[in-house]
Order: sequence, then C-alpha cells, then structure tokens
Amino acid sequence: MKAKGKVFKYGDNVDTDVIIPARYLNTSDPKELALHCMEDIDKDFVKNVKEGDIIVAGRNFGCGSSREHAPISIKASGISCVIASTFARIFYRNAINIGLPILECEAAVEGIEAGDEVEVDFDTGIIRNVTKGSTFKAQAFPEFMKKIMAADGLLNYLKSKATDDL
Amino acid sequence: MGMTMSQKILAAHAGLEKVEPGQLIEAKLDLVLGNDITTPVAVKEFEKTGFTKVFDKSKVAIVPDHFTPNKDIKAAEQCKMIRCFARQMDIENYFEIGEMGIEHCLIPEKGLAVPGDLIIGADSHTCTYGALGAFSTGIGSTDMAAGMATGKCWFKVPSAIKFVLKGKPKGWVSGKDIILHIIGMIGVDGALYKSMEFVGDGVKNLTMDDRFTMANMAIEAGAKNGIFIVDDITLDYVKKHSTKPFTVYEPDPDAVYDEVYEIDLGEIRPTVAFPHLPDNTKTIDEVGEVEIDQVVIGSCTNGRMEDLRAAARILKGNKVKKGVRVIVFPGTQNIYLEALKEGLIQDMVEAGAVVSTPTCGPCLGGHMGILAKGERAISTTNRNFVGRMGHPESEVYLASPAVAAASAITGKITDPDTILKRD
Repeated sequence: MKAKGKVFKYGDNVDTDVIIPARYLNTSDPKELALHCMEDIDKDFVKNVKEGDIIVAGRNFGCGSSREHAPISIKASGISCVIASTFARIFYRNAINIGLPILECEAAVEGIEAGDEVEVDFDTGIIRNVTKGSTFKAQAFPEFMKKIMAADGLLNYLKSKATDDL
Repeated sequence: MGMTMSQKILAAHAGLEKVEPGQLIEAKLDLVLGNDITTPVAVKEFEKTGFTKVFDKSKVAIVPDHFTPNKDIKAAEQCKMIRCFARQMDIENYFEIGEMGIEHCLIPEKGLAVPGDLIIGADSHTCTYGALGAFSTGIGSTDMAAGMATGKCWFKVPSAIKFVLKGKPKGWVSGKDIILHIIGMIGVDGALYKSMEFVGDGVKNLTMDDRFTMANMAIEAGAKNGIFIVDDITLDYVKKHSTKPFTVYEPDPDAVYDEVYEIDLGEIRPTVAFPHLPDNTKTIDEVGEVEIDQVVIGSCTNGRMEDLRAAARILKGNKVKKGVRVIVFPGTQNIYLEALKEGLIQDMVEAGAVVSTPTCGPCLGGHMGILAKGERAISTTNRNFVGRMGHPESEVYLASPAVAAASAITGKITDPDTILKRD
C-alpha cells in the first residue's frame, strides 16, 4: 500500500480540539466532520486539502480528548497518512482502529516542509520526499496492528477472527 | 525484575504471571464506559459489524453528560440513539438526566470502580479511577465497541514514572495545584505511553477528591494511566460506595521505573496553567495582573464536595466582581444535594454565582458558558487548548477551585490567601 501527496505541516502538540472542535461533535457523520477538520489551527486546510495529501507534525500529535471524530475527520478530509515525531496514545489507537495510516519518524518530520511532495510505502515504512530527493525510514508496526489495518479496522478484524488469538 | 502496580493489574487481567513493558497483551475488562459524544460512534460500529449483544450488561456504563441536558437537536438525536441502545441491550448502568452526573464523578460514587479493576472508557479522563488503585484508561469509540462486544481489549504494557509524594500541602494547596505543578515539570508529553504511579508517605495527606483530581489529569501529561497506592482513605471510600469485590495491588519493591521524582507537597504553591497548554504553569506568585471575564468551577477534574467546599468558603460573605460571570457545576446529583444541605449552594449564589445541573458544559466548549473572541476564563477544568471553551481567540487559565473563587471576587487571577488566609 502506498500514498502520495502534498504536505500540510504543523508543530508539536496538535490537540484534538483543534483537529475537530467540540462544537461540531453533535454529529458523528464523517463527511460533516471533515468540513471542519483542522479549523482552529488552519482555517484554509479544508479549502486546500486534496485526496491523498499528507499531514506532517511534531511531537504528541492528537493529544487531548479520546474523540475518534479526530482521526475520522482527517481520514474523511482525504488525508492519506499522518507522519509525526510521536503520537498521543489514544489518537494512535484510534487511528489504527479506524484504518488511518500513521507513521512515527522524527527524521522525516525534520526533513519535510509544507508543500513538499511526499511518497509513503506502508509495507516498508519508507518515506520519500520527492521534492527534496531525500528518503527516511519509519518504525514498522507490530504484526497484529498491520492485521487490524489490513482488515480496515479493529471490529472487522475481530469479526473475521476468533478474539482469542489476538 | 518486579512489576509496577499497573503492570500487576494488567498481568492479572491477562491471565499471565508476569508482563514486561512493550509486551502486547489482551486483557479482560471489569468496566467499559462511554458518553454521549463517543457512544454513538461506538454503537454504529457495534451494529455495523453485526454484534447483537454486549458481553455483560452489568459491566457497561453509559453516561450522557457532555451536551446534556440536550443542547440542540443534533445532540438530542445522539442521546436518543444511545438511550435506545442502552434499553435494547438492557444495560444496567445507563444514567439518565436526574440520576446522572459528570461520568468521572459519577462512576466512583456509584461504586462501579474499585481497587484492582481494569477499566476502559471512551473518554480521555477515564484515567480518574486510578485514584482508587484501579488501572483505568481512555480509549476511542472503536475500542469501546470491541470492549462491549468481547469484554476484552488489547494493551501495550506501559513502563512507568514513579512520583514519591512527601509532606503535607499547605494552606489552600490542593490536588489540582500538585498535578499542575507535576505537568509543568514533566511537560504535556512527559509521560507519553507511560503510567504515572503516585506513592509515598504524602499520599495519606491527600483526600480522595485530591487524588481523583490528580489521576484525572494524568492524560494531560500524555500518560496511559495515573494510579495511587491504596490506603485506609481509599478503603473507607470504597466501603461507603461499593459492594463489588476488589483486590489491592502494590508495586513490587524491585519494580523498575523509567524515572523517579520526589515531590515535597509542602513546597507546592497554588499553581495556574496559562494558555494554551496545561504544562504552561506559573505559581500564583508569578502570575502578575490577569483580568478575567468568566470563572468556571466544576467538571470531572474539580466538581466534587471538597472542591465546592473550598470555593464556597472563599465566596461566602463576598461578592463576585461586577461584570464577571461565575458558573458552578456540581459533579453529580448527589454532590448537588449534599452541597445544598451544607449551605454551599446558598453561599455561592448569594455571592453572585450561578449553579448549573451536572454537565461537562463549557469545559470542552459544549454549552452553558461559551467564550466570545478575546474573552478570558479561569477554570477548574483540565484543558486550556486553543478554542477549548469557545472562540479560537479566547483564553482559558487552569487553576484550583480556591484560586478560581478568589479570582471571581477580584476579577483577576488572585491568591486565595489574600481573600481568606488558611494555614
């Protein structure tokens, strides 16, 4: 599985309140949530994002609330992948559980700027900055997380397998 | 190599003698929790996948507390959906308006969290129940759905940071000041993926309400869970509130910690977190002149009896500064009633505060006290992110109920000792 797109770049501690402000949590419709994705940190994000684009951010991306609406809104906005130095742990689980690809790679975060064209190979963890001609290697996921993502989320995975052999 | 308290609870629930940091395990759950924001997404996933019943109707709790009493039509639809689900699944611990409260105040009060439990909740502040010596952590809606269906959840076993608490807090210093001090010290990702374990002689000088506040904000340091050792104060609380059987776990003497901090509680000053992160802390002596428009007292962090007592004691006989709006949110119906009986509600209303039904309300910018552009609030809640309480250009300062109440009287962030000296 591969992704390729233009980069939106943000700093450290991007919290779930700026990813999807609570004033929009009276719905769980992904399309409606996507209309307000990143609104309080980057009001032009929704206008500019295109299918396949990539978010790159610093440390502790997705900190704060447990709202799954955050990765849902990112996925529904067309973003194909989030690369960060580190992720807040609930966001990390949620992203895997809903099938939004995420990668931890500090070197890539340092070597990628807003607007760069980036290509990601999820099987190998190789991140290529097409604009700058540089390559980075992200940490690979544990096998069982790969299986969850391959099944397009935790529940499909549970459904397809006996829960005892997780 | 010994295990931490958190690791022992995880091992026991995974049916393993021993676990190690980084190990992936599957463990049995004692409680799966959700609210009116996260449960609708969980229910959709649960139904879409074809599950038809929950693993144990006594081990699922649903509390509509965020946008309730329903703030608009969409919120009402979401609440209706989870109400129907709870009825269909015959869920025993669904709490309707009239019996509900802010979930993390309500669950311990109802005796649903006890020492040694393994609890997941689709709300990041589920870590609150670590105050009781439980392993309790926030997860998302899909994990909630899987938990409701199977009674199990996958975990990566966390390493831990140990906080050895010593001495006794002075004056108005409370659990809120201590946890803000700690977050200021280690940062908002200082405990990322880890447990925060609170031990030491100083624990006995903290009330249960102090401990709930501290465990509640472990997530604001990025932690997976915050957990306190169990002592007589914990056991008293559990006896009063629960009939559930429980197990007391202690960290092994040779447990390995990534870091150990010794904290002298007597040295901590009232502490305030400035916008826009909870680790942006200053002591009350360093805040300078910060005028405020609104004061929020309550929430899952500080909506308990000790909190209301501190606020009422300071407000009693005083007047809220003209032009400042003070909104109080008791955590549960029981807390509301108790505060009424003790006369705290009267003291606060006479001072010029309004008192709301229990709800998360303005803490997350939901309703009941949203800020306009450029407005500033001092709040006893847990987050001060951009736009958290309303307009993206508004500001939230986090503080204890005592500091918030003192600030209500002067209209600027104020040391409670200047209103009422407390030794």
